[in-house]
Parts: sequence; C-alpha cells; structure tokens
Amino acid sequence: MADLPEFELTDLDGAPRAFPTSNPSLICFVKEDCETCNTAAPVIEAFANAYGENANVWMVSQTSEGSLVLKDRHGLTLPILDDSDLKTSFAYGFDIVPALYWCPDGKTPEMQFEGFVKSEWQDVDGKISAALKSGPATVDWDALPDWRPGCGSKHLDPEIHDRLLAEAEDSPIRARKIDIASADDVAEFMFDQGFSDGLPLVPPTPERVMRMLGGTSRSPQEVIAEMPPNMGEATIEKIAINAVMAGCKPEYLPVVIAALEAVCTDEFNIHGVMATTMGASPVLVVNGPIRDRIGMNSGLMALGTGNRANATIGRAVRLAIRNIGGSKPGGTDRSTLGSPMKFTMCFAEREDRSPWAPLHVERGFKAEDSVVTVFAMTSGPVHIVDQESRAPDEMAGTLGLGLESMFLPKYHMMPVDSLLVVCPEHIDTLMRDGLYEKDRLRARIQDVTKRPLRDMVADEVSGAGMTRAAAANLSDEQLANLVPKFAKPEHIHIVVAGSDAGKFSSAYHGWVTGAMGSQSVSRKIEEV
Amino acid sequence: MTVILDPTNESVPVSRQITPRSGQVSGVVGLMDIRKPRGDILLDELERLLADRMPEIEVRRYAKPTFTKPCPDDLRAQMKAECDFVVEGLAD
Repeated sequence: MADLPEFELTDLDGAPRAFPTSNPSLICFVKEDCETCNTAAPVIEAFANAYGENANVWMVSQTSEGSLVLKDRHGLTLPILDDSDLKTSFAYGFDIVPALYWCPDGKTPEMQFEGFVKSEWQDVDGKISAALKSGPATVDWDALPDWRPGCGSKHLDPEIHDRLLAEAEDSPIRARKIDIASADDVAEFMFDQGFSDGLPLVPPTPERVMRMLGGTSRSPQEVIAEMPPNMGEATIEKIAINAVMAGCKPEYLPVVIAALEAVCTDEFNIHGVMATTMGASPVLVVNGPIRDRIGMNSGLMALGTGNRANATIGRAVRLAIRNIGGSKPGGTDRSTLGSPMKFTMCFAEREDRSPWAPLHVERGFKAEDSVVTVFAMTSGPVHIVDQESRAPDEMAGTLGLGLESMFLPKYHMMPVDSLLVVCPEHIDTLMRDGLYEKDRLRARIQDVTKRPLRDMVADEVSGAGMTRAAAANLSDEQLANLVPKFAKPEHIHIVVAGSDAGKFSSAYHGWVTGAMGSQSVSRKIEEV
Repeated sequence: MTVILDPTNESVPVSRQITPRSGQVSGVVGLMDIRKPRGDILLDELERLLADRMPEIEVRRYAKPTFTKPCPDDLRAQMKAECDFVVEGLAD
C-alpha cells in the first residue's frame, strides 16, 4: 500500500504530533456526533492503554469542541489530535468515520478500514499485538455490536468539501484571492470595488466557484476568448466567478460560456456593441433541450422577471463583459441613455407553441442541440398590441406596422436587424387558415411598411432622413418609389414566446447590423 | 474573514508617458478617419488648412475599416512608423 499523507496536528495540550514517524502508529479519525465513533472510542482508548508505550495511538477529531466532549464522555487519556480544518481528513480521502489506519512502520498502512465491523477491530488488535509482542488490549468484545455503520465524514459535507477542494494543492482555482476583513461588509466591499452592475452580488467565495465549475466539464484555465475592450483573458474560472456573482446555478454555466463565446467573435463585435452611444446590449435567446433541463422561462413573463435562469444567465454575461472585458459605463461604455437590457436580457424560445422550426434549427443546428443565439439590440422589448385582428394577413400586417417604429417610423430601407417575439395568441391568428410561413410573414412586414421615398426626406415635421439636397437630385418618379422598412427580409428574426393569454407581441430593435457593426451569432451549448 | 475570488482579468495596465510636446508641427501629419459619418468632411477641411498654412509638412490620410471596431493592429503600427503627428476625427 502507498504511504499515507503527511500531517502535523496538535493534541489537546497543544503539543505537535507529526506523521510519518519512526514509531508504529494507529490513527483513527472520529467525529463526536457519530454514534459509531462513540462506540469505537473506548476501544481506541483500550488500544492506547495496551500499546501506547511502544506505539502512537492517536485519535483524530474532526471538530475542536468535539475533542473535549469525547474526552469527557469516555474518560479518554490518549492523544486527541485536532483536525477541525479537515485538511488531513480531506488528504486521507476516506468517506466514513471512524476511519482507522494501522501503520507498523509509522508511514505505510498494513490495515485500514471504515465504520465498525467488530471482526476487523479484533483483527487489528491481533496485528498490533503481534507486531509489538504485547497485549492484547483489554476490550470486552462480547459487549460490542458485531457491526455498526459509520457516519459520513465531516470533510464531505458539501460546503466544506468545496472549500477543501478550492484550497487543495491541486486546486483548479488560480484567481487572486481577496481577503475581506470581518469588520467590512462583503456586499459593500464588492460595490466599492466596482464589480457590480448596480445590484447586489453573490460573494464569489472559493467554495461557491468550485461548485459553479462543477457545471462544466471544461478546464477552468481554458481561455475561451480575449475579451474587449481590455482584451482580458476570459477563462472558464473567471466566467464561473462572474456567474456566481450573478446568482447562477452551476447547471447554467454552459449557457453563459456559450453566450460569451458568441459575443466575443469578430462577427458579434462586443467592443462596438458596448461602446456605442446608442446603448446596445446582447439579447440572448436559448433553444433546445437545455431550456427545460435548467428551468428557463419561455412562457408567461418570459421577457420579464421571476425566473432565475433567464435573469442570471443574462446578468452573468453582462458582468463578465464588465469585469473581464473591462467595459464600464463612463469608461468605454458610452451609452447616451443605456437600457435595462444592460442588466440582463435572456429568454428561451417557446418551441412547443411555435408552428415554425425553432430559431436554432432555422440557423442550421439540430433540434436536439441546445443553442444560444446572441443579438445586439438597442431597444426592446417594444410592444405590438393588436386585440382585434382575426385574419392572418391582418395579424401579419400589425406586426409589420409595429416594427415600423424601429429607430424612427420615418426611416426605411434599414440594414438593421430586429428580433420579433410573437405571442401564442397572435400565432393562433396567423395560423387560423393553415401554416403561415415565416418568409410569408417577413414579406408581409415588408409589404405593409412600404412608403414612398418622398416620406423619408427631411421636412418641417422632422429633419431626420434623406437630406433635402439629396432629394433635390431625384426625379418625382424616383421619389414616388415605394421602399419597405428593412433593406432585406433577413433582417427580421422571429421567435415565439409568452403565455397562452394575451394578444401582445414584442420586438427588439437592432444596432448597426452586418460586417461593419454586429451580426447575430449562435453557439452550441456544451452537453454536460 | 471572508475570502472572495477576483472577478476581473487582473491585468495591470502599463502606464505610458505622453510624448513631450515640442510646440512645433513638422514632418508627417497623419489624418485618421474612424469612418463615422462626415468625419471625412472634417478631415478634408483640416488637410486643406494644413496645406494652406503649413506647406512644409506632409499630410497622409488613414481610415479604419469601421468605426464600430478597434483600429486594426497593422494600421496602428503603420501610422506609428510613418507619422510624427496624428489627428483622429472622433464621432459624428
């Protein structure tokens, strides 16, 4: 058997006890509130009485107050070592207490076991007795039970185990540790450090970050992107820290990672999205089986509050961009007004209520893939209200007129994306007479928003639009040409979300779309 | 005491000194258009004024591919190698 881990612990008198040693050693880990440990304690004391002169017989206690209780309860005289920080228990790696190790050479176990199986304890007595040529110990074996299960070792309590993992020598944690003095308020400290979006944060303690990292199989030190504007290295660990602060559960982490991979592409151009005075922000749409698995909301209130996954995934992405990328309001984020989407904007598509292929399938993924798609949007959700239309073309016409408000109703032929979120009741009206294809809806939107070019010229009502000088170069015929809202129908992205009741669809309005600005990007989410 | 992990990229930015100002304009002046609308109009006028008032200097024109993205490294290096002064037209 391999040598046991080293330790140096102190006994109740404060004397150091180190292992390995040159003496034969019997070490038994115990926990005061474990009934089986209390069954074993008098036996270990009897071993100490029989062999203590020629061997170390040590009890290792997992709580400091428990050491004193055990001593008094059982009248113990043997050395009781304090492992209340549980690092030695963690290093030994047993599951159950009592956990016993007999090392005749003071470093390598000849025998080890967990719990209380009387025959094993008798065997070890025999082995010690033979090795030391003394004993056996004075134990009333007949009075002891044949078998008692032990208790789970205290170092395996989830909260404690995650801390021990984080502090272990081979810990995956590399981020700088910040000690916050007990006199300081942790929440206030994090505000003062500028980590927050203005709302309170969950403190990213090492144990919480360890648990968060459990949500992905990817290496904590993998760099997924150099994140603008400061080109910070976005490691899985740093993303996990920001996900903890945002309030994510570990199972959300793969969505956050995929979304950040998407926003950090040249196509999405997060630098420009964050920097623009126009105040853009990523809008995340999640498709595929992960929506249900992690409890995302695609129904009632899908674009609003109350769902932890929706709220915290979007927030984690924004916090990562702030803290890893370094994009902060007043720094490189120069939004004139900003928008609430800069806190968080993430929802799932309601695929079960959509007559169309889900967004991710439309974009080339398999239905069984889980995918996040990111859009750079400057405003939204902007409501489109229609409680009266009963015919499909009327409904589609309403959605078109609603989208005409993007930026300014007057602006047309816009090379800008929009994201239309159609509610189930509007879907029902659209589908009244059979499948109303997405492309037909796009065409209808373009059709009902057609206006003569003349309407786009600057005038006394609004100076926006085509300059009067440019218009002067055009013929009446040219000015009479009808132009739709969008330069191309592909700028109209369509998904389904919302509750079954209510005739209220909504739309997000884009930013500079295309290679010169931002393009929507989809990324497959890791299956864990 | 609570221990938390640093959520930032932990980078320590290099602090750089601004180049000493000589009070004189000479050599090559680069005019950089970030491609915001009408930036070119401003820089055209600046070029005209420089040619008028400082005929001894050379003006070179540069432009970013798009105002929405950071200046490409190659272009930055080129301007650094070729220019003594750079004027950048920001915003519209």
